[in-house]
Amino acid sequence: MTRSVTRLATTPEDHRVARLAAAAIGLALIDAAIPLPLPGVKPGLSNIVTLIVLARYGWRTAAWVSGLRVVAGGILLGQLLAPGFFMSLSGALSSLLILGAAIRLPGRWFGPVSWSVLAAFAHIGGQLALARLWLIPHNGVFYLAPFFAIAALAFGIINGLVAARLLASPAFTHPGEPHV
Amino acid sequence: MPRRSLLRPGDWLVMTCGAIVCAVSFPLAWRAGPAEKAIVRRGGEPFAELELSRERRIEVPGPLGTTTIAVEKGRVRVLSDPGAHQYCVRQGWLDRAGQIAICAPNEVSVEVAGGGKTYDSLSY
Repeated sequence: MTRSVTRLATTPEDHRVARLAAAAIGLALIDAAIPLPLPGVKPGLSNIVTLIVLARYGWRTAAWVSGLRVVAGGILLGQLLAPGFFMSLSGALSSLLILGAAIRLPGRWFGPVSWSVLAAFAHIGGQLALARLWLIPHNGVFYLAPFFAIAALAFGIINGLVAARLLASPAFTHPGEPHV
Repeated sequence: MPRRSLLRPGDWLVMTCGAIVCAVSFPLAWRAGPAEKAIVRRGGEPFAELELSRERRIEVPGPLGTTTIAVEKGRVRVLSDPGAHQYCVRQGWLDRAGQIAICAPNEVSVEVAGGGKTYDSLSY
């Protein structure tokens, strides 16, 4: 009997995406384990990875990492194709769209903190829109919007600062070395 | 990549805008909106307006006796009525704008108002 081995050709880019996505998934799991008073409010730690990837490797890689994190995170948390999964998907898609625009802002003036805050607001915007259209078709969902907005601002700033700090650290300022 | 501080001037701008969005979202999300109400009429004249958000029970005196109307969980119903057929009681809870229960013998009616009135009736 001959053993057949299916080999997928992978590029270094694939490996990098996989490594980064793994880091993002790990943070997404930690995120899910942190208890917070309001359902739907999460620190969004894995977005730190998205921000770093965005700054270092560009929007395409960031979209891959973010998409993989949503799908794999959904599988690991038992949320795949459940409402929570679609909430996280709509949030991730909206923030990626905004990040695509935010990355074009002049770097002299706008840094990771700007991207992070903009993406966080896009995230709750996308989620509220989906919730209003699909999950809770009633304007009552907007009663919690102010709290979501405050959480977006706070966690957006914190995640942005962490990403900015990491991007400024020596491990990230010497490109060429494989890291993360 | 040249060294830059963690917070750049534009970041402050974005954070300020974010704070403004937060501040504005409170009145926007919490404004009283079109209050959902039930209008109680006696003999065709408005007798009382009940907020559907507040649980309440009122008694409306009519020619035959007292009609009791209850508001609970954003809905309203006729709880009891002296009329012979009890049509308005058996109609149960009314929760959509435009729904109406009429206790004709006792000349009392309760109608859900607020929101946009949808349809008076639908026939198939």
